[in-house]
Amino acid sequence: MSIKIEHLNYVYSAGTAYEKHALKDICLEIPHGEFVGIIGHTGSGKSTLIQHLNGLIKGSDGAIYYNGENIYEPGYDMRKLRNQVGLVFQYPEHQLFEVDVMSDVCFGPKNQGLTKEECRQRALEALHLVGLKEKYYEASPFELSGGQKRRVAIAGVLAMHPKVLVLDEPTAGLDPKGRDEILDQIAYLHKKQDLTVILVSHSMEDIARYADRIIVMNRGQVMYNDRPEKVFEHYKELEEVGLAAPQVTYIMHDLKEKGLPVSANVTTVEEAAREIATALEKKA
Amino acid sequence: MIRDITIGQYYPAKSVVHRLDPRVKLVGTLLYLISLFLFKSISGYLVATLFLVGIIKASKVPFRFIVKGLKPVIMLLMITVLFNLFLTREGDVLFHAWIITITEGGLRTAVYMAIRLIYLIIGSSLMTFTTTPNELTDGIEELLRPLNKIHVPVHEIAMIMSIALRFIPILLEETDKIMKAQLARGADFESGNIMQRAKSMIPILVPLFVSAFRRANDLAMAMEARCYRGGDGRTKMKPLRYCSSDYMAYVVVIVYLILVVAVGRFIKIKFWIF
Repeated sequence: MSIKIEHLNYVYSAGTAYEKHALKDICLEIPHGEFVGIIGHTGSGKSTLIQHLNGLIKGSDGAIYYNGENIYEPGYDMRKLRNQVGLVFQYPEHQLFEVDVMSDVCFGPKNQGLTKEECRQRALEALHLVGLKEKYYEASPFELSGGQKRRVAIAGVLAMHPKVLVLDEPTAGLDPKGRDEILDQIAYLHKKQDLTVILVSHSMEDIARYADRIIVMNRGQVMYNDRPEKVFEHYKELEEVGLAAPQVTYIMHDLKEKGLPVSANVTTVEEAAREIATALEKKA
Repeated sequence: MIRDITIGQYYPAKSVVHRLDPRVKLVGTLLYLISLFLFKSISGYLVATLFLVGIIKASKVPFRFIVKGLKPVIMLLMITVLFNLFLTREGDVLFHAWIITITEGGLRTAVYMAIRLIYLIIGSSLMTFTTTPNELTDGIEELLRPLNKIHVPVHEIAMIMSIALRFIPILLEETDKIMKAQLARGADFESGNIMQRAKSMIPILVPLFVSAFRRANDLAMAMEARCYRGGDGRTKMKPLRYCSSDYMAYVVVIVYLILVVAVGRFIKIKFWIF
């Protein structure tokens, strides 16, 4: 179930004044079951990159292998690929269109050729997974709040039972509570359903908390591709490209400078708290 | 996938044509479009072609980009050509089989019509390629200002136009995004009969309408927040002013107009039936 990208290039509007080399020689491998975070400044090519993963954009050059098969091979079944690699776009609530929540979530499964009963089953399960209250199932999606709409849209992709779930800024524009709930749910799905998750975000905090590995994109290139604590060691370089390490990284570095024997290699607030506590104990 | 539509799009470049006052370009384009119907001979077409090629060269817009803009109107072009070809009965019969008759006049009108239409489209898209939507509406507003006297809401019309033009690329991008999102959910826009295909557009159209209304609402709010209250007493940051190159351009257009009429009328070049 792995995804392998080899020397992928993508050029927008080639040959015109709007020409833009959006992706430059990307080589990546995403094994099955991993939780990968992709981070980068606006316009760094992260959204473009993930649209390649299910064949919505065809690279100008290079190859993508899904389970060892080149998806650019003539005759490759793109619809099958899209059933396996679920992509949740930025502001996915803008793509809702059905008269009620239930039928909207059923849209994906229906396109997969499932029966009405199966679709309903899948939709119920997906809506339950994203934690939408049952009283909304028959409501019009346009009557829901922003966070609820987003849940419905994510459920619409989950109902297709993808093996890989790609999310483009799933928490943009949500309040902190809604953000945590959605991210926790995704992390839960990752563990429970053995999903490969690719999360695009520009919040280092979010990514640091969940991802096994972070891919930092800059100007269409992969800048770093490593475990979170390794990537955050480069916090000065990250700043130069308009990103930042999580706030705890800065605190830990400052504490270390001030003489507290802590390791700066922590990525989440909880880890930092534990680290500081042990350091203080040792000192005492 | 939708980026291919180039009609009505601005092509940024630094050229003489880009720098011209939008009023010159508007008037010039209008005169050019009219000029295409003022002659009926090869010599006239030669002059019109030379003029068009000259402007394209001067505008620095790549020819390939212009041709791409013709794609969406090919159907319309074909229909016009076929109608003219088969339904005009004039002069000698060139070809006759079953119910199809092609006459000299028919072929002539069909070819002329095709050239005229192509030039019409290229001429007017050249204007939009070299003029930003804002300049364009400023130009229109300025040109139509005299109509204010007879209570035509010129400013409002210009504002509506500029908003509409501004929203074309936004809505195209939005359509592209929604289309991709539904494709990712396994939607199929290509197969099936007409009914099924029309039905498959619903998942695109509904979100598109919703977003258009949302954007319109946001825009109205933003305009009100900046105290917009119509054109009365509103001044411009960059008022339009003619400079010498604009007068030159007017002269060029008028010379072209005289030339095309004179050449088209008096210099006859005969080539087969044309």
